[in-house]
Amino acid sequence: MKPTTYILADNIISPLGFTTSENFERLCHMETGVTYLPESHLYPTGLYAGIIAEQKIEERFRALNAAEPYTRLEKLAILSINNLLESCAEIDIRSKKTIIVLSTTKGNIDLLDPNSPTEVDKNRVHLWQAANAIGRFFNNLVRPLVVSNACISGVLAIITAKRLLEAGMYETAIVVGVDILTPFVVSGFKAFKAVSEQIARPYDADRDGISLGEACGSVALTINKQLIDNQTPIKVSGGASSNDANHISGPSRTGDGLLLAINKTLADAGVAAADVDYISGHGTATVFNDEMESLAVYDAGLAHVPMNSLKSYFGHTLGAAGVLEAIVGLQSMRANTLVGTYNFSKYGMSREVNILRQTQHQQVNNCLKTAAGFGGCNAAVFFEKVNPIS
Amino acid sequence: MENTNYITAACTIAPNTAIINNSVYLTDEPGTAFNDFLKTLYKHGQIAYPKYYKMDSLCKLAFLTSELLLQNNPITKKYQPEEIAIVVSNSASSLEVDTAHQATITDAENYFPSPSLFVYTLPNILVGEIAIRNCIKGENTFFIFDKFDAEFMSGYVNLLLNDNKCQCCIAGWVEYFESNCYACLYVVEKQPQATSIAHTKENLNTLIK
Repeated sequence: MKPTTYILADNIISPLGFTTSENFERLCHMETGVTYLPESHLYPTGLYAGIIAEQKIEERFRALNAAEPYTRLEKLAILSINNLLESCAEIDIRSKKTIIVLSTTKGNIDLLDPNSPTEVDKNRVHLWQAANAIGRFFNNLVRPLVVSNACISGVLAIITAKRLLEAGMYETAIVVGVDILTPFVVSGFKAFKAVSEQIARPYDADRDGISLGEACGSVALTINKQLIDNQTPIKVSGGASSNDANHISGPSRTGDGLLLAINKTLADAGVAAADVDYISGHGTATVFNDEMESLAVYDAGLAHVPMNSLKSYFGHTLGAAGVLEAIVGLQSMRANTLVGTYNFSKYGMSREVNILRQTQHQQVNNCLKTAAGFGGCNAAVFFEKVNPIS
Repeated sequence: MENTNYITAACTIAPNTAIINNSVYLTDEPGTAFNDFLKTLYKHGQIAYPKYYKMDSLCKLAFLTSELLLQNNPITKKYQPEEIAIVVSNSASSLEVDTAHQATITDAENYFPSPSLFVYTLPNILVGEIAIRNCIKGENTFFIFDKFDAEFMSGYVNLLLNDNKCQCCIAGWVEYFESNCYACLYVVEKQPQATSIAHTKENLNTLIK
């Protein structure tokens, strides 16, 4: 018998707060973290984005008395893991059985800018070096694993961690998803004409592109039942990735790639479409992504299932998104509360799926988290409540 | 029980040399620029794929390696698209094209970011290019390591195969950054073929330098 992977603890750092519960409370009240930034170092003109106040990061990081300098991205990851560890004394971060899995698309890409002032070695622009630096802070003995697979990185990192744990390679994995707002990323998506002139409107008829954001999410997974508290045990019961083999910068028009990832995930979890309580969608608010997603969800027989997107709260946080949004899904299960989709008013896809408008209370026993990204990649992961462990 | 899986084909492209299954496929004079060697390989392999010309260097290297690999072992005729996984790793991610994109935005007086460059600033785009060319729809993951990690890669790919997450996997290392240009992709299957070697950490360490 393969062991089961359980959720142990989690943390979210975003413009909406520095803990999972702070973030969740504001989401339930449908408060967005995306704001208008006038002309800034990020971009020559104004833009809507989700940015974390530098001062808040610095204040908190100073209190940790780090022995060496760290970058903004590394500080977010360290603060997030630190909060997670504080909330769960059972995790032994210095154990050889505990691995950190870093999900990021661009890591310390700000170090490439010759004008970027930093005390940190510029070689930390290498993702594996950033991961090692984060591990070093915690005196973690295992070399961290880095997953960098565009916008499915976060979901994929959770799936990968689950597989490594269930194969017996480690006992506990801390999956940390992080990406920061940089001129590099903003200029690129702007050049793509993919950035909305308003706050992103996922699944809305008037959607016209993404909002960008920065955030960090950390989630600890374990196969050691003894570490789990008895409140609301949740297991990671299935996951899969796929490629739609269609275009490097656009999703398949039919949604067949995402459909494949969803079907494989539900089969892996051993559940039927009729059993799914909630879908945490990708919902970037581009015309093509949201349309593609609705087709995949419809074809999977999930058209009736309440579904939301959090991209209008956090912006698109790239490598952080999958982890961050999965954690909101976990919190939705614990609180039996589904968050409404901010800025969604007029339904805008060709097939009818069940987009949540307002926050609502209902029994939530499971969550299907989906993601799609450049390179034609798609992924899904399934979380389920389990009976309290005796 | 652990099942044994097999490396049924492998292709390496290093400066001046391309190797398929331990045999030299093509060499060029020492000192030939790497990109010129790639051009020679493209012509020599009689590959006709217009999208190739749009790719960045990292994708070109990955694409050519995959073409030579799959010419040698046409797995797409044997397996369903969703049965084939692609698991690739490198050290520098997409830093070569990242540096080029950064150069377009560093100077406010000379600001010209380009979408055709930016799209390649993700390492897994090369996985997408291989998937599109061969209509491969299975599991795909890009890992970053300081150097090729034979132990992890063999372990993870075996796990995918033994757990039926895939029936066949294209895996390997594709690096293109500054003077580090090297690719080795290999096919792992459950059944051996005439020239197969066991898919083990030791054999991978011999294959990939």
